[in-house]
Amino acid sequence: MTASIPPFAILILGGLALPFLRGALRPAALLLLPLITLYLVWQVPDGVALQADFLGNTLMLVKGDTLSRLFATVFAIMAFAGSLYALNQSRTLELAAAFCYAGSAIGVVFAGDLITVFIFWELMAIASTLVVVSAGPSAQSAALRYAAIHLFGGVLLMAGIAGEIAATGSIEFRAMALDSVPRALILAGFLINAGAYPLSAWLPDAYPESSWSGMVVLSAFTTKTAVYVLMRGFPGTELLIYLGLFMVFYGIIYAILENDMRRILAYSIINQVGFMVTGIGIGTQMALNGAASHAFTHIIYKALLLMSAGSVLYMTGKRKCTDLGGLFRTMPVTCVCGIIGALSISSFPLTSGFISKSMISQGAADQHMAIVWYLLAAASAGVFLHAGIKFPWFVFFQKDSGLRPAEPPWNMRAAMIFFAFLCIGIGILPAPLYAILPFPVTFVPYTTSHVVFYLQLLLFSGLAFFLMLDWLKRSLTITLDVDWIWRKLGPAIFRWFDARSDRVWDDLRDAAGRAARGVARGVYRHHGPTGALARTWPTGNMVFWATVLLAGYLVLSYLAF
Amino acid sequence: MTAVMPHLPALQIVVPLLGAILAGFLRRGPTAFAVALAVSWLMPFIAGALLWQVLGGGSISYRLGGWQPPYGIEYRVDVFNAFVLMLVSVIGAVTMPYARRSVAFEIDEGRQAWFYCMYLLCLTGLLGITITGDAFNAFVFLEVSALATYVLIAAGRDRRALLASYQYLIMGTIGATFYVIGVGLLWVVTGSLNFVDVSARLAEAATVQPRPVITALAFLTVGVSLKLALFPLHSWLPNAYAYAPSFATTFLAATATKVAVYLLIRLYFSVFGPTLNFQKLPVSELIIGLSIAAMFAASFIAIFQTNLKRMLAYSSVAQIGYITLGIGIANKAGLTGSIVHLANHAVMKAALFLALGAVFYRIGSVKLHDLSGIGPKMPLTMAAFVVAGFGIIGTPGTVGFISKWYLAVGALNEVGWPLVLVIMASSLLAVIYIGRVVEVAWFRDPSPTCIGASDPPLSMLIPLLVLTAATIWFGIDTQWTAGIAGKAAGMLVGGLK
Repeated sequence: MTASIPPFAILILGGLALPFLRGALRPAALLLLPLITLYLVWQVPDGVALQADFLGNTLMLVKGDTLSRLFATVFAIMAFAGSLYALNQSRTLELAAAFCYAGSAIGVVFAGDLITVFIFWELMAIASTLVVVSAGPSAQSAALRYAAIHLFGGVLLMAGIAGEIAATGSIEFRAMALDSVPRALILAGFLINAGAYPLSAWLPDAYPESSWSGMVVLSAFTTKTAVYVLMRGFPGTELLIYLGLFMVFYGIIYAILENDMRRILAYSIINQVGFMVTGIGIGTQMALNGAASHAFTHIIYKALLLMSAGSVLYMTGKRKCTDLGGLFRTMPVTCVCGIIGALSISSFPLTSGFISKSMISQGAADQHMAIVWYLLAAASAGVFLHAGIKFPWFVFFQKDSGLRPAEPPWNMRAAMIFFAFLCIGIGILPAPLYAILPFPVTFVPYTTSHVVFYLQLLLFSGLAFFLMLDWLKRSLTITLDVDWIWRKLGPAIFRWFDARSDRVWDDLRDAAGRAARGVARGVYRHHGPTGALARTWPTGNMVFWATVLLAGYLVLSYLAF
Repeated sequence: MTAVMPHLPALQIVVPLLGAILAGFLRRGPTAFAVALAVSWLMPFIAGALLWQVLGGGSISYRLGGWQPPYGIEYRVDVFNAFVLMLVSVIGAVTMPYARRSVAFEIDEGRQAWFYCMYLLCLTGLLGITITGDAFNAFVFLEVSALATYVLIAAGRDRRALLASYQYLIMGTIGATFYVIGVGLLWVVTGSLNFVDVSARLAEAATVQPRPVITALAFLTVGVSLKLALFPLHSWLPNAYAYAPSFATTFLAATATKVAVYLLIRLYFSVFGPTLNFQKLPVSELIIGLSIAAMFAASFIAIFQTNLKRMLAYSSVAQIGYITLGIGIANKAGLTGSIVHLANHAVMKAALFLALGAVFYRIGSVKLHDLSGIGPKMPLTMAAFVVAGFGIIGTPGTVGFISKWYLAVGALNEVGWPLVLVIMASSLLAVIYIGRVVEVAWFRDPSPTCIGASDPPLSMLIPLLVLTAATIWFGIDTQWTAGIAGKAAGMLVGGLK
């Protein structure tokens, strides 16, 4: 009986019902529904479990396999922890939207055909926009930009799907080679949600504008469903390797330059998704396992980091690194959990990040992709620099900002501790996670060479960070010298790198801007309230057009006949 | 009951016609409303019974006055026009309860009875165009509905409506004249006015005298295109919809243009289609071109409008572009998209206009800046606006997606994926004009005009919510919309040469 309840339904219906729940029902629904969903996820058998006829096609609404279950599992866990964390969020709209959002994401990962994927894809876009917009007036313009880019992605996706179905005659969602225009459109639609360059700006633009609890859920679903569909649809597409590597470094550089703690973490999402996209591009069983497990662990530790940052925001109302510091005195739990998250994202041995990311590197090594491997290794050091040290150091240590916030409420601490335990637990005992990966795992993470290699990498980059800090401390005040690293030195290096390309880019951008403004002016001239097309026409003009059309029809018909 | 059943096609027309006369004689607004309500609620049962019969198999032929076709007038019901009859009847029945307060608010007391009288006449005309199998009879009903419409538009207190109504009168008359010229030409070459009979004789006539047939087609196309507001013949529509009373706008937007589209499809696919080879004529290309122009030009204009009724009117022109696009594509999926969009657009546009009518009822304005912050004051009304707006955009789970899907599939098979991209891209423009209203209504500080506003009374709210629910319902369960539309399209396309 339970097998017939689709897993996505519980969360979506629960989200729609949430605004009407009062008193004890509300927290009960928030905590229980994700757990019920988790149970249902594991009741989905292999193969098609639920079909529906829609628009003359038989949709495979629920189709289970190991990959679907893996993603749905972590989504359900995430929905649970996110709800626990957000129990005292008073904006019901955000919680309701978050449930629909999580439910749609689970819908995507169980979708057996492209139409179902698209339907849940769009629902996800709408629900996540509501999560952003519910943060209040300051988030509105970012939310509108967010909605615009995702609806544009939906347009590409739908056009691609329609073309794919017409070309192959099958609606099934399966691995595709990148060899036709519709498939390229589908890939582009997927990549927009993955935060792939150059349409990645929506992510650091919109996510940090969401509320303290909103960003925790946002970080988990949109980009990771994109990783899922890429893994399902385009494994082994070479383009993804380069795109992924670009995202990795793009994320690192911008995160290093950033001052807002939540924007740092937003850029680091792009960076981490870059690792996964690279793994998908490599496309071997090892690399795909790595990408899948990295998505699993990343959801947990990134949510943990964002919960930690959200707690700081919730208690202090501040987001900028320069305004924060020294919070470890009064927020020890938040601080420790933040550090655990930071170690995980840096793939420190004995944390969850280590056992997943090293598989992607191994995937590159197995294929003898030396350059990819080196770049991934260098990027690992970069991750430690921007997220592993920078975030906890500037928020919890650095200087004494004079702030003495208390720890956040019990439920927020509980959610953080839960995820911190998961991070460590998976790191120490990776076997249960390895057991649910799509392919059999032969990989052993804890070999001496792996551990030593990563420890060296991380310790030396940590050393570099503090050495620089120390050296700068003597000559300048802390805030200034720290600021200088990412306000002056970074941009200077950037300018030096970009000296040539900048000019070309600026010219291109100016030309595009001029063209866009010209088009907008033209549209307004003709379509605006006083434009020729929108004015109330004199009756004579209307008649004139009727005559023109009639004459046109007649002439063309006679020519043709 | 069994005595009534054979005469259902006649009753579909006679009941509203008698109702109109009765409403006119009663002279008092509330009693006339009661008559209109009773008639409107009866219509879906008649249309439903007809639909039920034709779904069972075959079509119904009814000889008016017992005269044998093609000499007498024949009412001919098949799946396609039974669907349109059902659509018009249901929209009338669902929106009618809304009329009482809205009309009482917007129209002088002395004119209310006439308003209901004209509404019933308009309903008669629209149902008549749909049900008749006779080209000249269709012209008569076209004029009945049009004359009633001119009065409906001008019935309100807004004096700008007079000019709008006058312009529509001129354009509507030209359209009707073109139509009757086309019918006359057909009569000259075939000697018949009955659609089925004309179609049967056209093959011979077209080989002997091709030019009058082509000319007839051109006159009919342009004449009906004027009625259905195909771009660039749409310019009578925005002002007419913007300045007419709210209820009149709702009813006309949901039904009048749809019936004109019905007539065009009937002429193309049942009269000319079986004999003429459309591939050789530039009809398809022209219609596709004008449809795309409508989808973009009208949407851009809608983006810049500040009067929201006018904005929705331009949106209607764009949406009609989707419908005619499917006619131009002319394969089964495309035509299914067209026919299903007749119903889908009627449902969501009616919901949107009802929501605006409710806003007008509360704050006396539909200017964008007056609606600032009205969402929290009129939560159900504006929530309905948002949901129906999603329909216009074509979000999955709403009716708009269903139409767009069939159009996309049809476009792919006939033209290729660039047209699909065009269809999708134009729906992004709807995101802008709908999103603008949503943003102003929900996320701005309340304007002084809407401080005391609240949701309208139940008699106005329930029709609005019913249509909004239908926007979602028929977006998921498409058996009664796309299912029947698919049957109708299959029948029509199957008859093509």
